[in-house]
Amino acid sequence: MPNLSYLKALNRAIGDEMERDAAVCVLGEDVGVAVSYATAGLLRRFGRDRVLDTPISEQAFTGFATGAAMAGMRPLVEFQIPALLFLVFEQIANQAHKFSLMTGGQTRVPVTYLLPGSGSRDSWAGQHSDHPYSLFAHVGVKTVVPATATDAYGLLVTAIRDDDPVVVFAPSGALGLREVVDFADLAPVPLGVGRVHRAGADVTVVAVGHLVHDALAVAEDLAGSISVEVFDPRSLYPFDWQGLAASLERTGRLVVVDDSNRSCGIGAEILATAAEEMRLIAPPRRITRPDGAVLPFARELDLACQPTRAQLRAAVEKTVGAG
Amino acid sequence: MAEPAADPVGLYRTVSLIRGFEQRAVALVRTGVIRGGIHPCTGQEAVAAGTCAALRPDDVITSTHRGHGHVLAKGADPARMMAELAGRTTGLNRGRGGSMHAADFGVGILGADAIVGAAVPIATGAAWAFRRAGSDRVAVAYFGDGAVSQGVVLETFNLAALWRVPVVLVCENNGFATSMRPADTMAGSVVGRAAAFGIPASTVDGMDPQAVLDATAEAVARARSGGGPSLLECATYRFDAHHTWEHTARPRYRTDEEVAEGKARDPLEIQGARIPAATRAAIDAETGARLDEAVRFALAGPHPDPATALDHLYATGMRARAGAL
Repeated sequence: MPNLSYLKALNRAIGDEMERDAAVCVLGEDVGVAVSYATAGLLRRFGRDRVLDTPISEQAFTGFATGAAMAGMRPLVEFQIPALLFLVFEQIANQAHKFSLMTGGQTRVPVTYLLPGSGSRDSWAGQHSDHPYSLFAHVGVKTVVPATATDAYGLLVTAIRDDDPVVVFAPSGALGLREVVDFADLAPVPLGVGRVHRAGADVTVVAVGHLVHDALAVAEDLAGSISVEVFDPRSLYPFDWQGLAASLERTGRLVVVDDSNRSCGIGAEILATAAEEMRLIAPPRRITRPDGAVLPFARELDLACQPTRAQLRAAVEKTVGAG
Repeated sequence: MAEPAADPVGLYRTVSLIRGFEQRAVALVRTGVIRGGIHPCTGQEAVAAGTCAALRPDDVITSTHRGHGHVLAKGADPARMMAELAGRTTGLNRGRGGSMHAADFGVGILGADAIVGAAVPIATGAAWAFRRAGSDRVAVAYFGDGAVSQGVVLETFNLAALWRVPVVLVCENNGFATSMRPADTMAGSVVGRAAAFGIPASTVDGMDPQAVLDATAEAVARARSGGGPSLLECATYRFDAHHTWEHTARPRYRTDEEVAEGKARDPLEIQGARIPAATRAAIDAETGARLDEAVRFALAGPHPDPATALDHLYATGMRARAGAL
């Protein structure tokens, strides 16, 4: 069976959807030559009519996608670096997201924003290393962070088909992952449905994006002493609260590992909701980037700001010890 | 309005309708019926009437926070528009948009937009999608003089010209970005910005509906025939406050003399002088009655049920979690 890479899964999802629906088009910088690889081969297959290399004008082409969507298209907008989302927060959070409600339901804005390479890229420094998914979850824009190749395929397909704006964060830490799959098994993955990657009885680790793989490694390390359940929400907004509650019914203990800043990050939301509404027999913990972190350049400093397996392991042990 | 507006009588009717609408809307703000206030477009009616008269019903517009004129001229029902301003379920946007977001997709109004310049790329994207679909529909993007210093607007000029998008860029230069005059906020000129991108541009008397119609018709024809974008700077004048809130704060940024001078070139009078006096009187009576009925309709509309506050948040019908249990 083919060994599907995460990046190829993204590429395949876009190609399949363009094949299936003539309204799907791609916009972005250097998408023609596919600098990120996610759009590789699409220009040749679908032509300049549907694969548009844009000028370096993020705000204009993001607003442009909103208008095209309201006129019947389903644009996918690629951003090469996550920090560009700060430039276009207006166009996504304040325009695309708000049009359905503001117009009283007269329109829909089916735009997908794809970030192939979010988070630390290993010493790409302050302005190329953000992972701003919590911002979008906060404003209510559908927000997806796939951890595996098959989920990358399935969630991106769903995002493209969704009638609302959806931001798809593909963590740089996951881009190189591969998964042995039968292409015939690739299928859409619904938003708001988490995935238990590993069942466990003592503690639930909620891991976001590439950190799922760190959580699985820690779980394996601890096997025999602590039984860790690894829960991957897959989409952060909507979030699978039911799935998390069911997991906590089994374990009663919660650790969240989240590669975004601590204050008002998605990790905080997960802890708060669990504390308010779910079964906990020990205080929950979270591993995150520091408050307000700006990733420094030097590799040691970059890594120092990201959640580590050691931190996660210690948090799991403390949480289990406390309860 | 279903009736054609491209003749002198039609143009006058549109100007009269917008003027009367704004007068009633301001009155309803003063009495507290319309919450949040409005940005009246009195004085600027010629731009809306002239541009929209050059459009087909299936063409689209995006508008600004001062959008009542554009929305009415494009054909929105004044009664549903007034109901929208009054926050009723019978409004164009079911009371979810209000003055600054009035939209009616049924007649090609993709929405007024309250962020200066933000709708310019939206109209441009819509126009691109039309052309791609093989239609000859065009889009008009309205924006004010303040918007020409917004990066997103200039970026969009580049995109529109580069891709020859059938969009007509209408700069409604009313002399003030809130309180700031173009001379104090704008290096260069509006048409100079278009020239930088190779976009044909002209300045037209924005107090004269016929002049605006003629210039827009040329730009629309260019867009329809594949000639790409054009920019039209309509030199107009805002008679009233930036926002009805000015009534309270009373900022001083222009003299009474200047306002009087501006009002001396009233589009209502300019267009009114072109039609027989009896016709004008009949139209005024007709629009007056229509607007009185619009106000009655608006006030009779139900207020929305608070339980529906987040209806329509997602096109897919997804429901948001409650803020409090």
